[in-house]
Amino acid sequence: MIFRGKVHKFGSDVNTDVIIPARYLNVSEPGELAKHCMADIDSQFTTKMVPGDIIMAETNFGCGSSREHAPLAIKDCGVSCVIARSFARIFFRNAIDIGMPLLECAAAVENSEAGDILEVDLSSGEINNISKGKSFLANPYPEFMLGIIHAGGLIKYTKIYAKHNYH
Amino acid sequence: MNLSERILAVHTGKTEVHPGEFINARVDLVLSNDITAPLAIKEFHRLGAKRVFDSTKVVMVPDHFVPNKDIPSAEQAKMMREFALEQGLVYFEVGRSGIEHVLLPEQGLVRPGLVIVGADSHTCTYGALGAFATGMGSTDIAVAMATGEIWMKVPPTIKFVYHGQLSQWVSGKDLILYTIGDIGVDGALYSVMEFTGESMEGLPIDGRFTMANMAIEAGAKAGIFHVDDKTYNYLQYVAGIKMMLGDFRSMELSQATDDADYANVVEYDVTKIEPQVAFPSLPSNIKPVSQSGGISLDQVVIGACTNGRISDLRVAAEFLRGRRVNQQLRCIVIPGSQRVYLEALKEGLIEVFIQAGAVVSTPTCGPCLGGHMGVLAAGERCLSTTNRNFVGRMGSPQSEVYLSSPAVAAASAVAGRIVHPSEIAS
Repeated sequence: MIFRGKVHKFGSDVNTDVIIPARYLNVSEPGELAKHCMADIDSQFTTKMVPGDIIMAETNFGCGSSREHAPLAIKDCGVSCVIARSFARIFFRNAIDIGMPLLECAAAVENSEAGDILEVDLSSGEINNISKGKSFLANPYPEFMLGIIHAGGLIKYTKIYAKHNYH
Repeated sequence: MNLSERILAVHTGKTEVHPGEFINARVDLVLSNDITAPLAIKEFHRLGAKRVFDSTKVVMVPDHFVPNKDIPSAEQAKMMREFALEQGLVYFEVGRSGIEHVLLPEQGLVRPGLVIVGADSHTCTYGALGAFATGMGSTDIAVAMATGEIWMKVPPTIKFVYHGQLSQWVSGKDLILYTIGDIGVDGALYSVMEFTGESMEGLPIDGRFTMANMAIEAGAKAGIFHVDDKTYNYLQYVAGIKMMLGDFRSMELSQATDDADYANVVEYDVTKIEPQVAFPSLPSNIKPVSQSGGISLDQVVIGACTNGRISDLRVAAEFLRGRRVNQQLRCIVIPGSQRVYLEALKEGLIEVFIQAGAVVSTPTCGPCLGGHMGVLAAGERCLSTTNRNFVGRMGSPQSEVYLSSPAVAAASAVAGRIVHPSEIAS
């Protein structure tokens, strides 16, 4: 799967409270959550971004609460993938579970600016910065997680591999 | 193997597990709340599951936006209630409930050696009683509710060793804030924080809950304590779990970890640590209270899954008894559960708070996440015993949140600015 989009750049420790503030968590519909994506870190984010765009951040992206509403809001507002130096663990699990692509790649973060156009090949992990004419390789996923990603998320994975385990 | 690896090995049916290994672990308790359960229930249905794997091991607690703060929250709470009743789950209704991480241990649902997963990041609180407990999202919890199992990467463990005796007014909250200030908000990313040393042996169970609670604020997967006589007394006399001392001793032995491997060992001399304050907008942005510069305040909140237990309220009452909350601010006290509330009432603490001019609220997560019962306006400053001070955490993105222990919070409520507790205590 290949994505192409413009970079929106953020710093370190972008937490789930600023991705989707709790005042909007009285509903669970992804479409409603998406309206408030990144509300408390960039209140104009949803008007600036176009579907396919890419969020890029420094370290520990998605720290804080376990709210799956955070990757849901990002996914449903049309962000194609998030590239960061590192991710907080619950956010990372949640994104994999719901099929929201994440890539860990310090070199890409180091060498990209806001507004750059990137092309990302999710299957190979290759990130091409078209604006800068540079390409980078993201850290590979462990085989087990690739299984979940290829199945299309944890629910589909569980339906295939663990169906005998529930009623 | 270290303590967490031993617990995970038992739950995986293996003799050994190692950091980095992917496992499918059996879970003993699966938790969700009024924010995370609705999504989990939706995913549970999408999975095609009909019944939860074991209705005695699936717990749902309305605590974040209850008593319902608005119509959408009421709809979410209703959806959770109906599912819980239909499936016959362990469910705690408003009025017989509390903040999940205060409630579950006191209800006897948390025991040493269990694997507990919850759709709430502060599920790591239960490590205080020697359980391996970790927060996850709603989809993971949906799968755990259906199958009784969860995939996990065995985490490395960082051992924290605390030496020496705590100074007066220094609590578990100060130690964990100091630790996060030292290692950073991703200092224990993907790891387990194992809390040890003679200062931990002396730390009351409530202080252990506070420390394990904030392991997630350093990015950790879990925080864990070894069991000892304090654990036994809590289980026996607070949680009402009838356990023979001999059985407990053999559990203690089974948790001994002479051959344990650690990714890192970090040591602290606690005698040099004074009460700490986390400044906006990260829990790692720590200053000793003596260097906090007397920040003036609009609101003080005492409560939450971090510090809403009876010993926390007792400490707060020491500062508010016979004194008045400073006229420039609002002080909101939130007992962590109905049981804590009742104990505080019987001990006369509630009267102390009301006489002092504080608000006492029914148990709720409420203001901690900017939900209700104390949301901040732009430009307002709050000192809170909660666990997060991110931008907009308690309301307006233009408000500020500072974090501290109940002693610093209560003393500061009297002073109207952030002060060292000794400034108020007689």
